[in-house]
Amino acid sequence: MTQLPPPSDVKLGLVIDLDTCVGCHACVVACKGWNTENYGAALSDSDPYGADPSGTFLNRVHSYEVQPETGPAQQVHFPKSCLHCEDAPCVTVCPTGASYKRAEDGIVLVNEDACIGCSLCAWACPYGARELDAAAGVMKKCTLCVDRIYNENLPEVDRTPACVRTCPSGARHFGDLGDPESAVSQLVAERGGFDLMPEQGTKPVNKYLPPRPRDADEIDILAPLLAPVATDGKGLVAWIDRALSALPGGAR
Amino acid sequence: MHPAPSVIAFTTFSGLGFGLLFWLGLGLPAPTGLVALGFYVIAYVGAVGGLLASTFHLGRPERAAKALTQWRTSWLSREGIAAIVTLLLGGVLALAALFGSYLAPLGWLVSLGCLVTVGTTAMIYAQLRTVPRWRHWTTPALFFTLSLGGGALLANQGAAALALLTLGAVVQFIAWVTGDTRFDRSGTTTGSATGLGDLGEVRAFLPPHSGPNYLLREFVYVVGRKHAFYLRLIGMVLAFGVPLPILAVELTHLTAGVAVLSHVLGVLCLRWLFFAQAEHVVGLYYGKR
Amino acid sequence: MDGPPEKRLELTPKDHAAGAARADRNHCWPPMTQPVIDLSPKVSDEIRKTTCYMCACRCGIDVHMKDGKVAYIEGNRDHPVNQGVLCAKGSAGIMQHNAPSRLRAPMKRTGPRGSGQYEEISWDEALDLAVSWLKPIRDTAPEKLAFFTGRDQSQSFTGLWAQGFGTPNYAAHGGFCSVNMAAAGIYTMGGAFWEFGQPDWDRTKLFLLFGVAEDHDSNPIKMGIGKLKARGARMVGVNPVRTGYNAVADDWFGVTPGNDGLLILALVHCLMTAGKIDTDYLARFTNASVLVNQDPKSPEYGLFLRDDDLQPLVIDRNTGKPAPWNGQGVEPLLTGKLRQRGTTHVSVFHLMADRYTDPVHAPENVADRVGIPAARIRRLAADIADVAFNQEIVLDREWTDFRGKVHATMVGRPVSFHAMRGISAHSNGFQTCRALHMLQILIGSVETPGGMRFKPPYPKPATAHPKPHCKVVPGQALNGPHLGYPQGPDDLCLAPDGGPARIDKAFTWENPLSAHGLMHMVISNAHAGDPYKIDTLFMFMANMSWNSSMNTRGVMKMLTDTDENGDYVIPRIIYADAYRSEMVAYADLILPDTTYLERHDCISLLDRPICEADAAADAIRWPVVEPDRDVRGFQSVLCDLGGRLGLPGFVNADGSTKYANYADYIQQHLRRPGIGPLAGWRVGEHGLQHGRGDPNDSQIDAYIANGGFWIKHVPEGAAYYKPFNRAYQDWAVETGLYDAPAPYIFQLYVEPLRRFQLAAEGHGDRQPPDHLRGQIKVTMDPLPIWYPPFEDGHVDPAEYNLHALTQRPAAMYHSWGGQNAWLRQIHGHNPLYVPTAVWEKHKFKDGDWARVTSAHGSITVPVAHQASLNPNTVWTWNAIGKRKGAWALDKNAPEATKGFLLNHLIHELLPPKGDGLRWSNSDPVTGQAAWFDLRVKIERSGAPAESQPVLLALDMPNPDTPKTLRWKVGKP
Repeated sequence: MTQLPPPSDVKLGLVIDLDTCVGCHACVVACKGWNTENYGAALSDSDPYGADPSGTFLNRVHSYEVQPETGPAQQVHFPKSCLHCEDAPCVTVCPTGASYKRAEDGIVLVNEDACIGCSLCAWACPYGARELDAAAGVMKKCTLCVDRIYNENLPEVDRTPACVRTCPSGARHFGDLGDPESAVSQLVAERGGFDLMPEQGTKPVNKYLPPRPRDADEIDILAPLLAPVATDGKGLVAWIDRALSALPGGAR
Repeated sequence: MHPAPSVIAFTTFSGLGFGLLFWLGLGLPAPTGLVALGFYVIAYVGAVGGLLASTFHLGRPERAAKALTQWRTSWLSREGIAAIVTLLLGGVLALAALFGSYLAPLGWLVSLGCLVTVGTTAMIYAQLRTVPRWRHWTTPALFFTLSLGGGALLANQGAAALALLTLGAVVQFIAWVTGDTRFDRSGTTTGSATGLGDLGEVRAFLPPHSGPNYLLREFVYVVGRKHAFYLRLIGMVLAFGVPLPILAVELTHLTAGVAVLSHVLGVLCLRWLFFAQAEHVVGLYYGKR
Repeated sequence: MDGPPEKRLELTPKDHAAGAARADRNHCWPPMTQPVIDLSPKVSDEIRKTTCYMCACRCGIDVHMKDGKVAYIEGNRDHPVNQGVLCAKGSAGIMQHNAPSRLRAPMKRTGPRGSGQYEEISWDEALDLAVSWLKPIRDTAPEKLAFFTGRDQSQSFTGLWAQGFGTPNYAAHGGFCSVNMAAAGIYTMGGAFWEFGQPDWDRTKLFLLFGVAEDHDSNPIKMGIGKLKARGARMVGVNPVRTGYNAVADDWFGVTPGNDGLLILALVHCLMTAGKIDTDYLARFTNASVLVNQDPKSPEYGLFLRDDDLQPLVIDRNTGKPAPWNGQGVEPLLTGKLRQRGTTHVSVFHLMADRYTDPVHAPENVADRVGIPAARIRRLAADIADVAFNQEIVLDREWTDFRGKVHATMVGRPVSFHAMRGISAHSNGFQTCRALHMLQILIGSVETPGGMRFKPPYPKPATAHPKPHCKVVPGQALNGPHLGYPQGPDDLCLAPDGGPARIDKAFTWENPLSAHGLMHMVISNAHAGDPYKIDTLFMFMANMSWNSSMNTRGVMKMLTDTDENGDYVIPRIIYADAYRSEMVAYADLILPDTTYLERHDCISLLDRPICEADAAADAIRWPVVEPDRDVRGFQSVLCDLGGRLGLPGFVNADGSTKYANYADYIQQHLRRPGIGPLAGWRVGEHGLQHGRGDPNDSQIDAYIANGGFWIKHVPEGAAYYKPFNRAYQDWAVETGLYDAPAPYIFQLYVEPLRRFQLAAEGHGDRQPPDHLRGQIKVTMDPLPIWYPPFEDGHVDPAEYNLHALTQRPAAMYHSWGGQNAWLRQIHGHNPLYVPTAVWEKHKFKDGDWARVTSAHGSITVPVAHQASLNPNTVWTWNAIGKRKGAWALDKNAPEATKGFLLNHLIHELLPPKGDGLRWSNSDPVTGQAAWFDLRVKIERSGAPAESQPVLLALDMPNPDTPKTLRWKVGKP
C-alpha cells in the first residue's frame, strides 16, 4: 500500500486561520480525548504524574514571534497536525504498507496492525506530524477523525473532526479542498491560503490562512475627527448648548 | 537526529559484514574449510547481528517480516529483501566454501547482492528531503566506501582497502564540508516552515508543550561545535588515520588486528556523528536544529 | 465556523469500496489493498449532559459514557454559553475526574500542621468533630467562625449557611480576583463584564480588550473573537503582554501596567474636546444631566439635588425647570444649571467637561507614563470616534423608555469593550474600571446595538443589591446577607467601637465598598488577632497556603504558628476540597468533596448564572457518575451540618434536618415566594411554568431531560436599552428577576463615593480615622480619576524598575490544572518572560536563570525572551508552580523544580514608608488585592538546581500513580 493512489477528486483537509487562532490548545486536547478513546491504540502518556511527563499528541499548537521591519513584534499561534499531503513521503517510505493514503478522500492513515514502529515515516515527514506511541509501539497520526466524519452514529452536524468541532474561535475549517467551489477552497482563495514548506514538494492538502496586517501606523486619515470643538469645560458646554438650540425644538 | 545505538550498530556492523561478504563473493580471498568458516562467521555476525540490532529500535519487532512487502516504493523494504536474499545465497556460497569449493558465478551474485544491500541501506537516509545533510551523493558513496573498504580490511585485501579507505576519507571530508551548509542552502527555514517568513523574522516563542516529546527526542539532537570537531578528528584518525599507514606498510596479524579494531571504532564514531549531526527540518518548528 | 458539511459527506459506503478499488488500479504486485476500516464505530452508550467546572466559565458538556464510565467529553451544542465548543481544560475534564490526587475519605490531622500527616476517618466521626467545634462557637460568639469559600459557584447557598450560623465572617474569593471590575460596573451602570454583560458580538465593529482576560468568560470571548474575525470587524488589544487574544488583535497597545486608567482618560479627553460623545444618550440615560450641589460649605456639597421624594433632579428641556430624573415626559437637559436657595447646582456633565477637557489628560502629557506614543493614542481615539459616530447601526425596532417616550429606532454605536482582572488587580483598579465604563457610556455604547449588552439578571444597579449586614447575636442568624453595596458611611460594617466588624475588615474605612469581602486578608488578620481572634477557619476550594495568597510563605507560617502555650494561633482549620492541594496539608479536618462529574450543583439566577444577553438561563450539574470513594459534595455536607447545628433555614420546625442533600435544597429552597435556586420547570396553577412557581420534586429530572439547563429568551423589543426599556423591565418582572419594574440611569457620578468623601471632609456622625482621611478624599472621587498605583509610592521605582505580572494560560485553571495528566504536559513549568531590552542588557541566553527581587522577597527562576512585551514588564504564567508533594505529583515534578510562583514577592501589606503605618496592598475603595502593582528588579543568576525558594516537601499520603496512562474506556 505504500504506493500512493492516483490523486483523488475529493481531498479532505483542514484550513487553519492564523489570524483567528488564539492559541488556547482546545483542539489539542479534544484531539487527544477523541483519539485516545477511538481509532487504534490509545494515545499514551509516560510518567503522567512524574518528573518527566511525555505523551503522544496528534495535534500541537506552537507560538511564534514575528518581528516585522517596522512596528511591534507580533505573535502567531500555530496549530500543526498531519497535512494529508498529496505527495506524502511518509507513505512511500513505509516498508510494511501500514502507512497509506486513502484513494477516495486522500486521508493519510496508519494501519496499526501492520505497523512495525520503525519510525521511518516520521523521519520522512517534514512537519513532525507523526509520533511513535511509546506504549503501543506503533505510529500515531491525525486521522482527520475518519471515524467521525462519516460516522452514522453521530448527528450529521457532528461529522467533523473533533478539533474543528471544539475550536472556540472558529479558526479551524474542515472540508473538501479538491472542490474549488467548497467553502474551504473559497476561504483559501479569498485569504491567500498557503502551504507549509512548499519546497519540500509534499503538496499538503491542509492550508494555512495568514494573519491579516497588524498594527496600523500612526499616519491617520481619521485625525480630522478629533478636531477640537472646545479647549475647556465651559467651551464644551457652550458648544453642546449651541448644538442643542440648533435642533428642532431647541432654544427653549 | 537521535544517534540511536541500535541504528549505529546496525549500519556499522552490517556494512562491515556485507563488505566482507562482497570480497568473499568475488573470491578475494577464496578460503575453504575452517578458514572459510572463520571468514564467513565474521561476515555473518556483522551482517546478521547488525540486522538484528536494527530490530531493537522497532516499536513492534515481532512484525518485522511485514517489512519485506513494500519493495516497490520503500528503500527499507528493499534493503530487507536484498539483505535476506544476499545472506541466503551467501549461505550456499559459505557451505560450498566449507566443503572446499568456490562457486564463482554464485559468488558474483552474492557480491552484487551485497552492493545492492549496502546501496539500499544508504538510500534509506539519502532519500530523505527532511534531512538535507543526508540527501546527497556522498551518503551512498560513504556507505559504499566504508562498507567495501572495511570489508577489504577484514578480507585482507590490502591494496583494495588502501584505495577504498583513502577514497572513504576523501568522501567523508567532502560530506562534511558540503553537508555543514546544506541545511542552510536547502531553502527550508522557519519562515517557510511557518509560512510567516514574508511578515518578518520568525522566532519560535512557546513550544507546544513545556515538556519533551517524541519529535524532540527523535529528531533534535544538539552536538556542541567544539565537541563535534574533536569527534570528527577522532573518527578520522581511527577510521582512516591508523589503518591507512598500516595498510601502506605491511599487514601482519597483529597490525591487521589493530587496523581493524581502529577502523571499526572509527566508523562507529563517524556513524554516531552521521546521525547526531544530521538536522531534521522539523526542528525548525521548535527553534532547534 | 465548522467546516460546513459539504458534498464530501455524501461519500457512501459504496464510494469507499470504490475508493479501495481505485487504490488497486495500478494492478501491481503485491496488490494494493486499502484496509477496510469501520467508519461508523459506536461513539458511546449514552450521552449525559451536565455543566463543566474545569474553570468558572460554566459551559455545557456532553459526557459520553461507555460501560458506565466517562469515555469522552465534548461541548453541548445547545448550550447558551459555549454552543458546542469546548476549551482545552473542558476536554481534559476526564483527566481531572480520574486524577490520582482526588481525596478519598474524610481525614483528621495526625502530625503537625503542614506535615501532611493524616488518618482517614468516617463521615460520622468527621461531622461529629465539626459539630463539636462549631456548636459552642455559634452558641457564644458566632464571629469566631470565619467561613470563606474560594472558587465557589454556590455563593447564594454558602452565604445562606453562614447567615444561618450567625457569623459576619463570610465571603468568597472575589476580593482577590476581580471585585474592582464588579463593583465599578455595578455602581456605575448596574453590571460589568463576564457574567454581567458582553459585547454585542454579532454587531460590534470595533472591539477593545483591556488587560488580561483569558481567564474569565473564556469560551464566549473566543467565540466572539471568531465572530468578529469572520465579519472582518476590528479588534484592539490593550495589554502589556501580547499573547493569546492580544496576538490576534489587529492593533496592540503595550500599555505599562497600572496606567490603563490614564490611557482611558486620555481617550476620554480626545473624544470630549472633539465633541465626539453621544449627548442625547448622556442626557437621557445617565446622570450626566442630574444636578449637583456646588456649595463647598454645604454639608450636601457634591450631592445630588433631590425632590421631596428624594429623587435626583434634572432640568427638563420642555419647561426649563427642575424635574425628577424619571418623571414621565421629562426631557433631561445635559447642560442644566440651577441656582436655588442661594446654592448653585450644575449638571454632572459640567463637572465632567471641566475635568476631562483639562490638558493634563491630553495624550501628549501621559504618553511616556502610559508607554504608548501620543499619536497612537490619538489614532485610537479617532478610530473609536469613527466607528461610533460614522458607522452607527440603526435597528428599526420601536421601543418605549421609562419616561414614556417612544423611540422609533434603536441606535447603536458599535464599539465594544471587555476587561477583567488586568485593569482590576491594581490599587487604582476601581477607578480605572470606572473610567472604562465612563468611556463606554460617553459614546453611547452600553446596552445599544453593537456595544455592550447586559445579561439577565443584570442590569441591576447598586441600589437594587442588598447592603452588607454584620449584626451578631449568639445562637441566632445574622441580620441579613453578608455582602452588598454600601450607599454611604452608614452602611459600613463597623463594631460599636468604630473598628471593623468583620475579620477581613471589609466595609470599613480602609476599603468601604469591599463588595466581595477580602478573603486574602482573613488569615493574616486572624493570625494577628486584628480586629479579633477567631476559633475556627472553615474554607472551601481556596488554596490559601499556595497560589491564592499573597506572601505565600508568610501565610504558611501564620497557619502553623503557635502561641506561648504551644497552641495554634488559628486554633482550628476545617478545609473542604476534592484534591490534594497545598492547603489540604494545613487543615485539622478535611472534608473531601466530589469531582464535578459526581455532584449536584445549580448555576442559579440567584448567584452567578449562565445567562446571555438575549436570554435568561440557569443550569445544573448532576452526578453523571457516582463517586467510587468515600466523598460527598460539599454543599450536601453543609446541608447535613446545618441540620446538626440547627441553623435557621436548614432545619424544619421540629428541628429535623430540612434538606437531605444539595439536590433537595436546589429543588425545595425558596428565596422569595415563588423564587428558588432554579427558574425552570416550577409548579404553577396550571402545570409547569418558568421563572416563578412552587417547588417541583422532579425539577432536576426536567433539567436533565433538557440537556442540563433552562433558557428563556428576551423578546426582540426588549433586547437593548434594558435598564430604560419598559418592555425589558416588564419581561424581567415576569421572569422573576425583579418583583417590580426598576428602571434607572447610569451613574457616571457615583454619589455614594462622594458621601465617603464628605465624611472624610468632616461631615456627618460616622467619621473615618484621621490617617485615612486623605486617602478617602483622593481615591473616593465620584468621577473617575487616575492615581499612581500605591506600590509606586512605597518602593523606589528607579530601583525596582520593572513591573511583574502573571496571567493564566488558556489551557490551565489556577492550580487545578497541574494534576491533570494532559494539561500539565502543555504547561508543566513557567519561565519568567523578559522584554528584549532587559534580555540584552543582562546578556541573557536561553536556559538562563535570574534572581527576581521585590521589596518583599526574592525568587530565582528560569527566564525566556519575549519581544512582544511592554519594555518595562516581566511576566509569567499563573499558578503553574507547585509545592513538592502536593497534587499527587512526583516530588521532582517540573512544576516544583522549574515552576514558581510570583506570590512569594507580593505582600498583603505595602512596605513601611516611614509614617508608622502599614498600608494595605489593595485598592482603597474595594479592598481588591493589588497583585499587579508589583515592582521588581532582576539580575542574572547562576543556574540553581531548582527554582528558589525551595520549600520543604509536603509528606502527603499520596496514592500510587500509574507510570503509563493508556486511557481507553471502551473495549476495542
